[in-house]
Amino acid sequence: MQPDEHLFKSEWGRLVTALTRIFGLDNLALAEDVVQDVFCRAVEVWKLRGIPENPSAWLMTSAKNRAIDLLRRERKARSLVPDLRRQFESEWTLVPTVAQFFTSDVMEDDRLRMMFSCCDPALAAQTQVALMLNLLCGFSVAEIANAFLTKYKAMEKRIARGKAALAESKTLFDFDDEELPARLDAVHRAIYLLFNEGYHSSSAPDAVRTELCREAMRLGRLIANNGRLATAQTYALCALMWLSAARLPGRLDAAGELLALADQDRALWDQDLIAQGTAFLERSAVGPQASTYHWEAAIACLHARTEDWRDTDWGKLVWLYDQLLQINSSPVVALNRAIAVGYRDGPRHGIEAIESIPHGERLERYPFLPAALGEFELAAGCPPAARRHFEHALSLARTPLEQRFLERRVRAAADRSVQSEIVDRIVSANERAR
Amino acid sequence: MSEFIYLYRGGGRPESPEDGERVMQAWMTWLQDLAAKGHMKDRGQPLEGEGKVVRGCNGNVTDGPFAEAKDLVGGYSVIEANDLEQAAQLARGCPIFERGGVVEVRPVMKM
Repeated sequence: MQPDEHLFKSEWGRLVTALTRIFGLDNLALAEDVVQDVFCRAVEVWKLRGIPENPSAWLMTSAKNRAIDLLRRERKARSLVPDLRRQFESEWTLVPTVAQFFTSDVMEDDRLRMMFSCCDPALAAQTQVALMLNLLCGFSVAEIANAFLTKYKAMEKRIARGKAALAESKTLFDFDDEELPARLDAVHRAIYLLFNEGYHSSSAPDAVRTELCREAMRLGRLIANNGRLATAQTYALCALMWLSAARLPGRLDAAGELLALADQDRALWDQDLIAQGTAFLERSAVGPQASTYHWEAAIACLHARTEDWRDTDWGKLVWLYDQLLQINSSPVVALNRAIAVGYRDGPRHGIEAIESIPHGERLERYPFLPAALGEFELAAGCPPAARRHFEHALSLARTPLEQRFLERRVRAAADRSVQSEIVDRIVSANERAR
Repeated sequence: MSEFIYLYRGGGRPESPEDGERVMQAWMTWLQDLAAKGHMKDRGQPLEGEGKVVRGCNGNVTDGPFAEAKDLVGGYSVIEANDLEQAAQLARGCPIFERGGVVEVRPVMKM
C-alpha cells in the first residue's frame, strides 16, 4: 500500500505521549528516543518489505514492546512514575499496565494532557507553540525554525528550555487541577497563534503555512471532541479556523499569485469546511460572553457565506468589527473595520476612517495600510495618489508574494493614470476645437 | 538475464519523522521502479545490526559482527539484469547514497 504522507508525523505525538505516561514526564527524552528508534526500524523494514496493512498498529505494537523490554531491563535503575513503579516491578502486571496506555481512549486523553502541559504559563507563548509542534505534531526543530523564520540554534535552545521546564513536573497536566480554566485559555491562545502563523504569516512558504493551519485545526478538534473540556470558546476558535481555512484554496491564482478578496474565485472555497465551521459557530453560541474568537469567527462566516463579493453586507461587517474592537483593540482589526466602512460609505469615507485609526503609527510598517489607501484612491478616481500609496506599500512588502502582488497594483494604478491622462487630453483638445 | 545481489551497507538513520517519511518514500519509489522494469527478483530482507559470529565447529561463538556502521550490511535485494554493468547502472538510483551508504553489487554464481 501507499504510505500516508504524514504517517510518522501524525503518529509521533501519540506514541511520545503514551510513553511519557509510562516513563514519567521527567523522562521525556527517553520517550522520544524510543519513538525515534521505532521509526528507524519501521523505515528499515518497510522500505524493503513494503508498508504493512495497518502501519499505525505496527508502530504502536513496536513501541509497546520496546517499552516493556526497557522496563524489564531497567526495572531497578530508572526512576519511574512513583504510582506505577509497583505495577512495573511484577511481571504479572507489567504487560497489562503498559498495554492500557496504548488503548485509543487513554491515548487521546493523554495527548490532550500533553497539550495542556505544553501551555504552562511559565513558558513564553512561542515556546508553548514550538513545544506543541515538536511533541504533538512531530515537527523537527529545523521545520519549526523554518516556519517561524528563526535561526535553528535559537529554536533548538527554546525547545530545550521548554522541555526542561516540562520535565520538572514529572506528570502530565491533570484535568482535575483547579488551574484548568486558565490553562484552557492558554491552550486556545497557543492554537490560535499557531493557526494565524500559518494563515497570515509573512515568513513561511505556502506549503508550510497550510501545514501549520492543518495542525492547529487538528489540535482544536481534539479539544472540541472532548465533552468535558470543550467550552463555547473552543467551538468559536474551531469555527474561526474552519471558516478561514475554507478560503485558503482561493487565495492564490493559477500562477500561484496572491489574490485580493474581491478577485477570489469563491467556487474554489471549501464548502465542507464552511459547513463544519458554521456548525461549530452554532455550537459556540452559548454562555454569557462572546470572546474574540466568536467575533472573528462571525466575520469569517460572513465572508465565507457570501457568494459574490459585491453582495457583502458591509454594514453588518462594520458592526462585527466594532464588537471585536471592544475586546481586541489590535490596529489590524481597526484597519479592517476602516476598509469595511469604505466599502459601506464610499472610498473617501474609507480613506478618512483609515487616517483616523487610533495609534495608526503602529501600522507604519504594515504594507496593507497604504495598499488599502491605494485601493480607495483608485476607486475615488485618483490614480496618481493611488500609485504613490501602492509604491509605498511595495516598499514595505515582506515576502516575494506580497511584493509581486503590490507590483501589480502599482502597475494597475499607473495604467489607470495614463488612461485618464489620455482622456483628459482628448477632452481638452475637444474643448479647444470648439 | 542473470541474477545479482544488492548488499546495502551503511546509510545512517533518519533524523526526524519527516525525514523518515522522505527516506521511505524514496526507497519505495526506487524499488517500485526496478520492479516495474522487470528487474526485481526478490525485494529481500532488512537485517538487524547485531548477531553472532561463529568461528569453527568447536563452539567459538562471539557477538558481532560489530563492523563500523558505514560497512555494516543493513539488508539485501535480489535483482535481475543483463550483465554486471547493467546491474551496477541500476543501483545508481538507490536512495542510500544520500545518506553516505553504498550498494555492493554481487553476481550470483551460475551453475
